[in-house]
Amino acid sequence: MSSKVRFSSLLRGSAIGLVAAFALASCSGPAGSDGAKTAAAKQVAAVAEPASSGAEPRLRLITRDQYLNTLAYVFGADVRPDVEFAPVERVDGLLRLGTSRAGVNDTQLELYQKTAQFVAAQVIEPTRRNFVITCKPANEKAADAACASQVLNRVGRLMFRRPLEKDKLAELVSHANSSADKLGDFYAGLAVAIEEVLMSPKAMLIAETAEPDPKNPGHMRLDGYSLASRLSYFLWDAAPDEALLKAAETGEIQTEKGRAKIVDMMIASPRLKDGLRAFFDDMYDFEKMTTLAKDALVYPAFTGLTAEDAREQTLRTVVDHLITKKGDYRDLYTTRTTFLSPPLAALYQLPTTKGWIEYQFPDSSPRAGVLTHISFLASHSHPGRSSPTLRGKALRELLLCQPVPRPPANVDFSALENPKSEHKTQRDRVNFHLENPVCAGCHRITDPIGLAMENFDGSGRYRTSERGATIDASGNLDGKQYTNVVGLAAALHDHPSLTSCLVKRVYAYGTGSQTTNDDAEMLKFLNARFEQAGYRVPDLLRTVALSKSFSEFKEAAPAAGEAKTASAVPATH
Amino acid sequence: MYDFNRRRVLRGMLGGGAVTVGLPLLNAYLNGNGDAMADGRPMPVRFGTWYWALGIAKAAFVPNKFGAGYDMKPEMEALKPVQQHFNVLTNYTAFRDNAPNLCHFSGWVISRTGTAPMTGGNIPGETVDVTIANQIGRTTRYKMLTASADGNARDTFSYDNPTTPNASEVSGLKFYSRLFGPDFQDPNAPTFTPSPKVMVRKSAISGVLDDVKDLEKSVGADDKARLDQYFTGLRHLEKQFDQQLTKPEPIAACKKPGNLKEDTKVGSDVTIIASRHKIITDLMVMAVACDQTRVFNMSYGGNSATKAGFEKPSHTATHEEPWDTALDYQPTCSWFTRRAMENWAYYVKSFAEFKEGAGSLLDNCFIMANSDHGLARIHALDGMALFTAGRAGGKVKSGLHIDGGATATTRLGYTAMRIMGLDVPSWGTKSNLTSKEIGEILA
Repeated sequence: MSSKVRFSSLLRGSAIGLVAAFALASCSGPAGSDGAKTAAAKQVAAVAEPASSGAEPRLRLITRDQYLNTLAYVFGADVRPDVEFAPVERVDGLLRLGTSRAGVNDTQLELYQKTAQFVAAQVIEPTRRNFVITCKPANEKAADAACASQVLNRVGRLMFRRPLEKDKLAELVSHANSSADKLGDFYAGLAVAIEEVLMSPKAMLIAETAEPDPKNPGHMRLDGYSLASRLSYFLWDAAPDEALLKAAETGEIQTEKGRAKIVDMMIASPRLKDGLRAFFDDMYDFEKMTTLAKDALVYPAFTGLTAEDAREQTLRTVVDHLITKKGDYRDLYTTRTTFLSPPLAALYQLPTTKGWIEYQFPDSSPRAGVLTHISFLASHSHPGRSSPTLRGKALRELLLCQPVPRPPANVDFSALENPKSEHKTQRDRVNFHLENPVCAGCHRITDPIGLAMENFDGSGRYRTSERGATIDASGNLDGKQYTNVVGLAAALHDHPSLTSCLVKRVYAYGTGSQTTNDDAEMLKFLNARFEQAGYRVPDLLRTVALSKSFSEFKEAAPAAGEAKTASAVPATH
Repeated sequence: MYDFNRRRVLRGMLGGGAVTVGLPLLNAYLNGNGDAMADGRPMPVRFGTWYWALGIAKAAFVPNKFGAGYDMKPEMEALKPVQQHFNVLTNYTAFRDNAPNLCHFSGWVISRTGTAPMTGGNIPGETVDVTIANQIGRTTRYKMLTASADGNARDTFSYDNPTTPNASEVSGLKFYSRLFGPDFQDPNAPTFTPSPKVMVRKSAISGVLDDVKDLEKSVGADDKARLDQYFTGLRHLEKQFDQQLTKPEPIAACKKPGNLKEDTKVGSDVTIIASRHKIITDLMVMAVACDQTRVFNMSYGGNSATKAGFEKPSHTATHEEPWDTALDYQPTCSWFTRRAMENWAYYVKSFAEFKEGAGSLLDNCFIMANSDHGLARIHALDGMALFTAGRAGGKVKSGLHIDGGATATTRLGYTAMRIMGLDVPSWGTKSNLTSKEIGEILA
């Protein structure tokens, strides 16, 4: 066929090996002795945050979890619709960045309306209504403007993340009143107005607004309400609460002291765990766990519940290690402490548990850190077998921010013709890749890492042999040799890109912007601070949240007296 | 004939209060026999798509003969019972010109958008189903419906624009609820009671529209386009409310399916995918028959389909299964393609056996089907196979095998647009630009 390309021609025309090498080199960051790194960190920490490169103003589509977390705060934890929003594009390793591009079409609007209808109906249920509706209408069968106004003012403020304009509140109350009169029911009328709030783009899209920065003439910053939202979605994965909105209203959030107080309060709050879970769920690409399935003949113990619990296990471990125990981020990849549920216990070949329990793998166990969790092992495998390539690729891309080049399209695979019968293990099979220079370029990046996880099958269950042959799980990660996955975990722990990747992801996640070369100094500063803080993630979150770059805009301020918001394009309506 | 006519309903609603309701277009309704529109015009032609992954193996798929009465190779064997209802088009090419060959992506993107993508995940523009839906889908409850048997909402081949995929329905229960849940208006119900709640809900949308306009004052051009899209969605919602307030004309063929007892199973085994495909197809057929939509997308998927006890999913098999030189294809990969074709056969049969007026629902449909590659093993963008099904109200012949002569796959999308009444002189870009219909299938 015309598209069939022979190896020889590919070798002549392909630079895949070079591309791969470049991708690694460009993402690994400077590696040096610990002493040198510490000295560099001290030097950076001694100076102030670099001049802000600023972030872009964003119009972000709210995610499902942000929506649900916000509903729980505004309407009560039991108001939780069973809803899935449309998937968004993953940009630079994060779905969160895709929310700044995602559109909303007819189908999504229909979903928003149906969800709003469900939520409003729940809110006015007699058993629930006291949570939100704190006033009593004079007559339950008719409109009551005063009571409707009280409720809608609060709901609108929380859902729009800023006070309602008088005209908007009046319009909502008017709708509530006219609906109540027509339906002969105050609560039903109120529900219609609540639906309107929930369907509004001011609720479903997070619009950031700018104002001139009085402390930095000629520059723009997020206005107080936008800053409250950015902080809240970053740290809590929810809309700002009353306290944050109050701080925006009084201007406290724009003062150095006030902002620090607020950020410290947010980091100390139990709601931080929602924010951290959301971040790691995104960074670990756990969205795929919702559709993860295994061949029931090959892995009968792996069910849909296993996948769900595997995701939960890792997120519980993350929260416990990083927030509860205030642990070093790097230790997340070596810790033997985790959590187990009954379906997971079966796969981990442990006695069954009653519900979720904390569990410590013994020192002799091959399980150490997130790499040995079923979530990682099973989600980066095929339905019926493990995959050193997928596991190695995931480690590179998700944890070290090192993109692995796509395979060339027109390779003639006939030369790789197939696992022969004498190839019993995955190592035997993937060595085929390494024998071929075109494939080897990328597979050398991924396979030696993935092979260290071969003691776990495609469902994450431990094994020592494959088809009767003992598994060799040795390898190396960018020069560090190991003999098994525990050694890989230790090598990963010490890899300089492990922490710099997290810093990059956290900063992009918080600001909603993909990092660029302009952010290099800022990232260097954040890396140094992170190291100085003993790689404590809450400290990193605090540094990012308090940085000028978090709240300043890239663009210059408009001429004096000119009001400017968001992207500052003149109104067309 | 009925307790209410539309104007009586509107006059009588809400105790005779002063209300304004936009009247849906008369041509949205079918006559009582279901064989023509209420105003006597012929039944509408509906447009559908179907997708399967990983292409075909030429030796096992491409018939030796052309035209009518062609022979069927093993990969097409399951299609024998419905041979008269579809056309198979072979030897087509998705031209990438100077764009890279993005595996399992370029092929379908070119076929559905007319343009080769430059990077993975980059959809150059709206897909052909959206273009057609914007023309013919505005009078029905849903502009279009999109579903996948693959079990993943991301498995979609329909995009409003580069950043707005039409997420797939993957749950039978949720799809049922959306189509035939409490908001479904049975056109054949003996009584009709308009809901006062819907009326007040509709009036509340005006406030949301104002919010869109307010936000648009403070955003840049890209975000304004996103808000315009939001605005359009709200308008469509208003129209849905209008329809709920109006007694629908009866449609003889429309019968609300019974409640689903359990949801579609999670899993990638071909039997599970087939089970999901069947459930969702059955719902889709009835949705079309009940005139809930006139544009419908279905994906069988199959890229990650598994065979019980076989360790590799179908995609991995295309790269790692040995080439059987005697057969001239990869046997297990071909096995997967045959399963895909069984599902295509079910899809065609479901529309073909559904009575509508004097003929079948399929007689009034035009369905196009495509894949991502020709031979998936080498990610070939030539030697691609396409299908059409249905007679499009008499505009299309079926039962034929056509040789594309290595011309562009975009000819199928262009043909679809022309059949569906779009006045477009050409479609596609660079080598995929075409103004040539697949004339052999036109009646």
